[in-house]
Amino acid sequence: MTFLSHLITGLSLGSIYAIIALGYTMVYGIAKMLNFAHGDVIMVGAYICFFAVTGFALPPLVGILLAIILCTILGIVIERLAYKPLRQAASLTVLITAIGVSYFLQNSAQILWSASPKSFPTNFFNIGESKGITLFDGGLTISYVAIVTILLCLVIMAALTFFTGQTKLGKAMRACSENKNASQLMGINVNSTISMTFAIGSALAAVAGVLMCSAYPTLMPTTGALPGIKAFTAAVFGGIGSIPGAFIGGILLGLIETFTKAYITTNLSDAVVFAVLIIVLLVKPAGLLGKYVPEKV
Amino acid sequence: MKKRSMSPASRSAFINYGIVIVAYVVIQILLGQGALSNTLQSLLVPVCCYIVMAVSLNLTVGVLGELSLGHAGFMSLGAFSGIIVSFALQDVITLAPLRLVIAIVVGAIIGGIGGVLIGVPVLRLRGDYLAIVTLAFGEIIKNVIMVLYVGLDEEGLHFATSQSNLKMAYEGVAIIKGPMGAVGVTRLATFTAGFILVLVTLIIVQNLVNSRSGRAILALRDNRIAAESVGISVTKYKLMAFVTSAALAGAAGALFGLNYSSTMATRFDFNTSILILVFVVLGGLGSIRGSMIAAALLYILPEMLRSFAISEYRMLIYAIILILVMLFTNNPKLKELIAKIVPKGKKKGGEVNG
Repeated sequence: MTFLSHLITGLSLGSIYAIIALGYTMVYGIAKMLNFAHGDVIMVGAYICFFAVTGFALPPLVGILLAIILCTILGIVIERLAYKPLRQAASLTVLITAIGVSYFLQNSAQILWSASPKSFPTNFFNIGESKGITLFDGGLTISYVAIVTILLCLVIMAALTFFTGQTKLGKAMRACSENKNASQLMGINVNSTISMTFAIGSALAAVAGVLMCSAYPTLMPTTGALPGIKAFTAAVFGGIGSIPGAFIGGILLGLIETFTKAYITTNLSDAVVFAVLIIVLLVKPAGLLGKYVPEKV
Repeated sequence: MKKRSMSPASRSAFINYGIVIVAYVVIQILLGQGALSNTLQSLLVPVCCYIVMAVSLNLTVGVLGELSLGHAGFMSLGAFSGIIVSFALQDVITLAPLRLVIAIVVGAIIGGIGGVLIGVPVLRLRGDYLAIVTLAFGEIIKNVIMVLYVGLDEEGLHFATSQSNLKMAYEGVAIIKGPMGAVGVTRLATFTAGFILVLVTLIIVQNLVNSRSGRAILALRDNRIAAESVGISVTKYKLMAFVTSAALAGAAGALFGLNYSSTMATRFDFNTSILILVFVVLGGLGSIRGSMIAAALLYILPEMLRSFAISEYRMLIYAIILILVMLFTNNPKLKELIAKIVPKGKKKGGEVNG
């Protein structure tokens, strides 16, 4: 029974990582940049939802929608102001800029909303008074947050797969990630496609932020940093640039972390996660589902 | 007849030595006259450490051309091994400077071993994958040290994962206490030691870069396939640069660790690695002088801003400046704009030797 409950915790944590990682991987796929500010967009999304619900007494659903909309705008603005002027620059330059944006978001949050932790409301997904479904005469409780998280993750992943595979915009996105110049010649507006990718990524980050804080209700300006890094790890784990890869990477990461915490060691769970990542990369240098592209001479 | 004039590379190297020595002498004079505030004085050793960190990271990022996001991990290895060694030897070797030197050497060795351990398997990964593995490595080091307990009694050193498991004799002392880090460290580090470490680092890095091996490393950075096809061993030279960089970071870490009475593992986290990377990029990739100056200025400036009324906005300003500098130095349109406003007399400095 405890095994099942750990499994569900792991799956829901993994789903959160997967949702963040999907955003990471899409942005990486098209812009070829490590967007270190992605984790901080999660934090901003969670804060927006928090203030909408506790400060303005809006219903949770409105709060979540507001967070998604504002984060989408934030993502587009960041892309336009900070990353677009650097499209031709070296990747390291863009990386440092992303770090600058990350510092900027964290410190703005600290000044605007203070560094003291806020406790995020955990009753968003409750039905009436009940927090979850109780099975086996109380032996196993599955919280509604976990169910919503896992289902939402599956829906998002299916939607993104459909979007990139079937729709015109999604195909444009894939074309841009393969060759920007050639796609431009085919009449694709590269700039707006990239902006779109950032918008989708940031919207996913907002969703992840709300879900994460509903399950782990401590909200601080640095809340997004570590999940951001871990989701990035998940994306690399599954093969960065690949949507199913990010999903699998996220779920695996969540499961490994939860089971390590439950059965091996609490303090070293992060170390184990990163060690597994290193081993996977040594065996499959492009990640689990990534395509290894041999260099042409 | 031998050529009298120096090559531009070695001239530039000697200018760097000169800058460091002059800076040291000036600071010593200022110290003698009591012209430096306590805050500034306390920054002297860390600045030396960060200069060494920046110069050594530049060897990996600028000269070897591989992105490393876990440089603070090597610093951490050096810091904690240096602390353990200096503590273990405090009855054997009473001469503080000698103990400091031994601690720094051990720190460098441990950092170098870390460099080999991480370098051998991962240097075959490329680009962003290498970056993420170094990041993971840094996090692992931090995590492991956070659960590590080290104690010392007559029998020798004890390692465990909790205080009770140390199984020490009654009079044994715990040196490293898991999440609390190292406590009760004798502060051995001095500014002179920092100065010497910077000088030694410069000698090592500049001689490496200007040697035959250094040219091989540069060739690998510029075109790996071409370099390989003329017979340059990728693994050997990549590892050479990476391990040297890690060992120097370990040395800097040992000095850094011995500058404070307590040190926590979280001090050497991802943000520290990033901080050093920012020094390197803003100083100019491959430019050793740039790294030195950027490290010194960028480490001292935020600390100085603390004392002003805007201290709350200090990191925000730092972030904005960081973004703006990146935009203005790399966007072609903005570059033109600057060129119109500020007419430039000279082209920017050399690629590698600066």
